[in-house]
Amino acid sequence: MGTANNSAPRGDHPPNAAKSLPRWMGHESSFSFSAHHRVIARQYFLLSLAAVLIGIVLSLLMRLHIVWPELRIPFFGQIKPEQYLAYMTMHGTLMVFFVLSVAPQNAFGNLVLPEQIGARAMAFPRLNMFSFWTTLLAFMVMVSALFVAGGGSMSGWTQYPPLSAITSAGSGQGRGTDLWIVSIAIFCVASLMSAVNFITTVLRGRVEGMSLMRMPLTVWSWFVTAMLTLLSFSVLLAAALLLFSDRHWGTSFYLPAGLVVNGAAVAGHSGGSPLLWQHLFWFFGHPEVYIAILPGMGVTSHMLSTFSRKPVYGYRGMVYSLLAIGVLGFMVWGHHMFVAGISPYAVLAFSTLTMVIAVPSSVKVINWLGTLRGGRIRFSVPLLFSVGFVSLFITGGLSGPILAQPAVDMYLHDTYFVVAHFHMIMGMAAVFAIFAATYFWFPLLFPDRMMNETLGRAHFWLTFIGAYATFMPMHFLGLAGNPRQYSQIAGSAKYLQKLLPVHMFITISAFVLAAAQFIFIYNLMHSAARGKFSGANPWEATTLEWEIDHGQKLTVHHDPYVFGPREDSRRDYTMQSEPPYTYKS
Amino acid sequence: MPKPAVLPPHTTHAEPKIGGRGPKPPASVGLGGDDWKNNPPGRRGPRERLKRFRVALGLVLISVFVLFIGLTSAYVVRQGGGTLDTTTGVFTRDWKPIAVPQILWLNTLLLLLSSATIEFARRQVFREPMVTEEWLGLGTPTRRASLPWLGLTLVLGFGFLVGQFVAWQQLNAQGIFMATNPSSSFFFILTGAHALHLLGGIIVLTWAALASVLSRPLESRQIATDCGAWYWHAMGVLWLYIFALLLFVK
Repeated sequence: MGTANNSAPRGDHPPNAAKSLPRWMGHESSFSFSAHHRVIARQYFLLSLAAVLIGIVLSLLMRLHIVWPELRIPFFGQIKPEQYLAYMTMHGTLMVFFVLSVAPQNAFGNLVLPEQIGARAMAFPRLNMFSFWTTLLAFMVMVSALFVAGGGSMSGWTQYPPLSAITSAGSGQGRGTDLWIVSIAIFCVASLMSAVNFITTVLRGRVEGMSLMRMPLTVWSWFVTAMLTLLSFSVLLAAALLLFSDRHWGTSFYLPAGLVVNGAAVAGHSGGSPLLWQHLFWFFGHPEVYIAILPGMGVTSHMLSTFSRKPVYGYRGMVYSLLAIGVLGFMVWGHHMFVAGISPYAVLAFSTLTMVIAVPSSVKVINWLGTLRGGRIRFSVPLLFSVGFVSLFITGGLSGPILAQPAVDMYLHDTYFVVAHFHMIMGMAAVFAIFAATYFWFPLLFPDRMMNETLGRAHFWLTFIGAYATFMPMHFLGLAGNPRQYSQIAGSAKYLQKLLPVHMFITISAFVLAAAQFIFIYNLMHSAARGKFSGANPWEATTLEWEIDHGQKLTVHHDPYVFGPREDSRRDYTMQSEPPYTYKS
Repeated sequence: MPKPAVLPPHTTHAEPKIGGRGPKPPASVGLGGDDWKNNPPGRRGPRERLKRFRVALGLVLISVFVLFIGLTSAYVVRQGGGTLDTTTGVFTRDWKPIAVPQILWLNTLLLLLSSATIEFARRQVFREPMVTEEWLGLGTPTRRASLPWLGLTLVLGFGFLVGQFVAWQQLNAQGIFMATNPSSSFFFILTGAHALHLLGGIIVLTWAALASVLSRPLESRQIATDCGAWYWHAMGVLWLYIFALLLFVK
């Protein structure tokens, strides 16, 4: 960024390291049982980094299998169709649960939230520690499914019965699916504990003067996300309990009579409804989409304001639209079930409510653009990724109202159009927000170091182009009728043959996109060890996480985003904790 | 950028338009008006930690109730389930209500009694004269007053769990198992899930009793007893709800 910083102590006394740990909280090391939110944040961050690397490898294997089904990969062999399905399940599950639910909320929430509200610690540090280690346990159980006999579950991250409820239905449907259910149940408990912690911290831990309407938008988004987590993960837990019961205790919640698997009739079940699972799952699943993206929205608002040196355009509108999205998110689960055979009246209601979500979403987009307009923009890497977020959010969001039309969705539902939609908005947009947050809060994540700007720019442009090149063509595949979840398209279905070149292009783009992440990993490791020192407030931001903790009383006197020239100094920003500004006569 | 007008000294004033709505007197958060605010969070008032635990407890209870709301919706949906014979076009429902074991009435009574006893225990740890006495270091009267009630609650709670177990055994003896009928599946799932949650309450109350025995600080004992008691009440309400569901929504 290169702007001078007035008050940055440098050298031997890095300011953020000065926020030392209370003794009972344990060590600084990332590999220890520590109750300090900053250490836990780093642990969550590394966990999601591990998950995302596995997820990327799985997606590349899938892309290879689609275009070259006969390919023998060195040290690995040929990918079998059932392996493809197992990789698809694991890719989806790891990315949705262990990356998109963990990194934005738990990693950066823990890192920044308690400091942004001046709480100095989470409400329940030991509970926080317990949440992390439980999440890690869930992760290990999930990944172990890839290595058991039969391989991972084949029924997708949504685990629709009857496929998921019958243990004999496929190679991964035995132990692989059991491990999936157990892992998700553990993950639910960990997420609920974490959500309780977040909400309590926001409600009870704010310093004097930090009223709700003075909280940074990041805090608001973590707060709303935690509420969504609290209300949705319990339902998933209930649904998973019933699924486990169907699989092992002989009940028929989801299993109807007359099922035939591999030519053999399935005995002992009758009267259940697979739709019941879909209702319960998507009552969780749709809020989960917002759990992934809402923190990204908060981070983007924060970055755009900080780097255009302007207050957030329409702060209250941002807060209310965040709440509106959170509330509406619980009312639209049926739009995942338009082709599942639900009542047309229900379809009408779900379709209308889904389109209503476009309103608060548009409020946010317009306010982001309004924040940028007329600002003195500093084109640093976090800003680039945030603008990338807005771009991807618009691109991916526009296909949302399209898919909300039941008649159009009939055609597009099981095609690549949906794959393109959710990878754009939930996958890539959220990941861009994670990147922005990583570059921005790196001095807190790895004390007092900055990431390299040049590498960051290269990373941004390659990722941005790679993301569009990978996921944009999928819209056209979907419009051309290419179904999802097919392990090969070059088989007997001749009408898909002519789409093969597009798939080739996507596969190559995916490899470029993955390769670009090596720049990020290198930058991360290099900067953590020997990045340049950040100083106290490297981005000249206004919020409390950049405040040096002198152990003194902290009081908030200002709104979160106060930018503008001051007469008493050359600064153009006023930190939230500064005393009320007095003009010289 | 328009320059602000020149103002008299020492006047706080709205900042230039670009800078938000300007300073206002700090709004008091949490404990209005007392003088504990120089302390870090967690030490800003005599009851701050207690209030924080109560907020967390409320959130935990929300998630527990949502779990059972999810199960309830599955219960209602499953009641309409059945098999459609495609040759005749006849739809046969397969839900056959089970007779709820009579011992559940006794269990309900035990749980309601235990709710009363835990309330006595909860009130004992907050009684002003005793708390003052402990605070002055003159003894531990709250411990002596609350422990018997805590112990009685634990006994009654275990009695409830044993009663539930007997109810399951009675159903099994009648040939009704988990997979017999959707109604029996839900009976075992709902009562089992409730029993597990009650077990959680027993663990918290055991911890509260242990905290008394081990002479933990009064604040810790208050928090453990208070939150354990409210959780226990909530589990009682939850049981009444489940029992009503099993009795009336057949």
